[in-house]
Amino acid sequence: MEPILTKYIKEPNSYTLDFSVKHGAYEGLKKALTMPPNDVIELVKASGLRGRGGAGFPTGMKWQFVLKDTPLPKYIACNADESEPGTFKDHVLMERNPHSLFEGCLIGCWAIGAKVAYIYIRGEFYHVQQVMEAELARAYAAGYVGRNILGTGFDCDIVIHRGAGAYEAGEETALIESLEGKRAQPRIKPPFPAVEGLYNCPTAVNNVETLCNLPPIVLNGAEWFTSLGPAKNGGPKLFCLSGHVKKPGVYEAPMTITLRELIYERAGGIRDNRKLKAVIPGGSSVPILLDHQLDIPASFDDVAKAGSMLGSAGIIVMDETTCMVWAARNLLYFYKHESCGKCTPCREGGDWLWKILTRIEAGEGVMRDIDLLVSIGGNIAGKTLCAFGDAAATPALTTVKHFREEFEAHVREGRCTVPADWRAATMPMAQAH
Amino acid sequence: MSFHPLMIYDPAKFQQSERDVVTEGPPFTFTPERRAKLDELLTKYPPDRKRSAVLAALYLVQEQQGYLTGNGMRHIAPLLDLTPAEVEDVATYYVMFYREPVGKYVLQVCRTLSCALNGAERVTEALSAKLGIGVGETDPSGMFTLLEFECLGACDRAPVLMVNNELWHECLKPEEAGKLVDEIKARGDAAFNGCHLRVEK
Repeated sequence: MEPILTKYIKEPNSYTLDFSVKHGAYEGLKKALTMPPNDVIELVKASGLRGRGGAGFPTGMKWQFVLKDTPLPKYIACNADESEPGTFKDHVLMERNPHSLFEGCLIGCWAIGAKVAYIYIRGEFYHVQQVMEAELARAYAAGYVGRNILGTGFDCDIVIHRGAGAYEAGEETALIESLEGKRAQPRIKPPFPAVEGLYNCPTAVNNVETLCNLPPIVLNGAEWFTSLGPAKNGGPKLFCLSGHVKKPGVYEAPMTITLRELIYERAGGIRDNRKLKAVIPGGSSVPILLDHQLDIPASFDDVAKAGSMLGSAGIIVMDETTCMVWAARNLLYFYKHESCGKCTPCREGGDWLWKILTRIEAGEGVMRDIDLLVSIGGNIAGKTLCAFGDAAATPALTTVKHFREEFEAHVREGRCTVPADWRAATMPMAQAH
Repeated sequence: MSFHPLMIYDPAKFQQSERDVVTEGPPFTFTPERRAKLDELLTKYPPDRKRSAVLAALYLVQEQQGYLTGNGMRHIAPLLDLTPAEVEDVATYYVMFYREPVGKYVLQVCRTLSCALNGAERVTEALSAKLGIGVGETDPSGMFTLLEFECLGACDRAPVLMVNNELWHECLKPEEAGKLVDEIKARGDAAFNGCHLRVEK
């Protein structure tokens, strides 16, 4: 399949307005503005477009839930807080193809009747934001954004809002809190953002890649979109390959491609031709898959059937030199550090898991620590306001499940049994925190 | 800071309070340019929702005095119709705000899994050895601060280094980390290779 979202990203000027317009940018918007908003929502529903941020929830349905009969303003909040470890697709899209995101935001605003789209970009992407601000100014000047867009009388603003370093801000209600100028902590749902979101107004929170899919859907129709990929998993998808692969990067493919093809063909296989040990298929929050589970299509449904999740499609590959206790500990440090602290199971439990994993990795663990990991993990997952709790428990639960003998060997021998030369020579620096 | 009943109790390693207190710092007022910049930013949000600009305002404070202080937070609070406590609440949550003076170059090494699989721990060690400081410390000359950061979202170019929250250096091999420090001393910002998406043709 010819790439759709990333077709021009290798071109030197792909991010500029001139280049984008020459290659079809804002054509989808022109067409959408001739359609009644409700028809746009129906079209997106028919296409079956699923949110690319991680949950895979159908975008058209999300929009349909946005309250219609209300005197309140409505908003699109674009989730550009791409912080899931192993995920860097939105980074590429925003840096190399920002006009496709602006166009997607405008189509979304037209469909739900919003007048402002806020793009919440993570603070670390300052270099991306600079590109986007400059291009947004050009789009305003050219009449694609702002007052009376393309002479149709439709007014819509796009605002780029910089975050300041918080993984939790990628959760939709936490993102809204952060946009409102508060700590990025999740809200109790319901009410869902579609009813009561930003400034207590109906809000649709959509991922960057999701919004970038809108212009081609509007232009080519729902049937074209569903034909690309398995049932209920249509359209192009960006996969982020990282870790121990020869050619890490963002690869676009329909979701019929298998995980093995992605790893061995697109990404060139395992570095130094070592053996593959484990794959995290959807960003660090999802259970790992083993070598024999990789011959499945990389779609939301098939990966779920295999016992994991496609999530944000951040595929992290680990070779045989990777210690799974170390890997779990690395991720648990991430989760304990990024926990917003609102729910006790996640705030305390994440910290406990990290401490126990540190003890085992340092060779000071005892056998009962392994069951303790499972017990604590089970008491975090599903017991928090947002999905962070499940995400935080997963690295510990999934590594113990598949590599229990490795944990036991650490305890038995009182040392890390899978050392690697790319790891810290001493216990990692994070120990000091 | 708490303990599971079955966890082994070890006060020397784990039982330390993590409470931190905001430094008051010197008196603070925005320069007229930054004040004007803040007023401009406020137009992006509904008039009764000034609070939305708090992150932007904190960035401006940090830009002006290098780090956030109690006085800086107290200065922006009334501009955004907030109490100082509400500003502190936000300022202490986000990791990109420094609450003590930092070096001219804050080296922020990504430590999360994809970078770690590619040697990020060794990068931190090499920088730490070269600069003679630990993570979270500033060297005596006041030029460098070394920090570890969580996933920076450029895992295909691991290990990644962010500098001063804004600059970017990709594919930093551990054996080249020491050389990078010398390069920064000699060439300043030009030492960083930037984001390949902007550089690569």
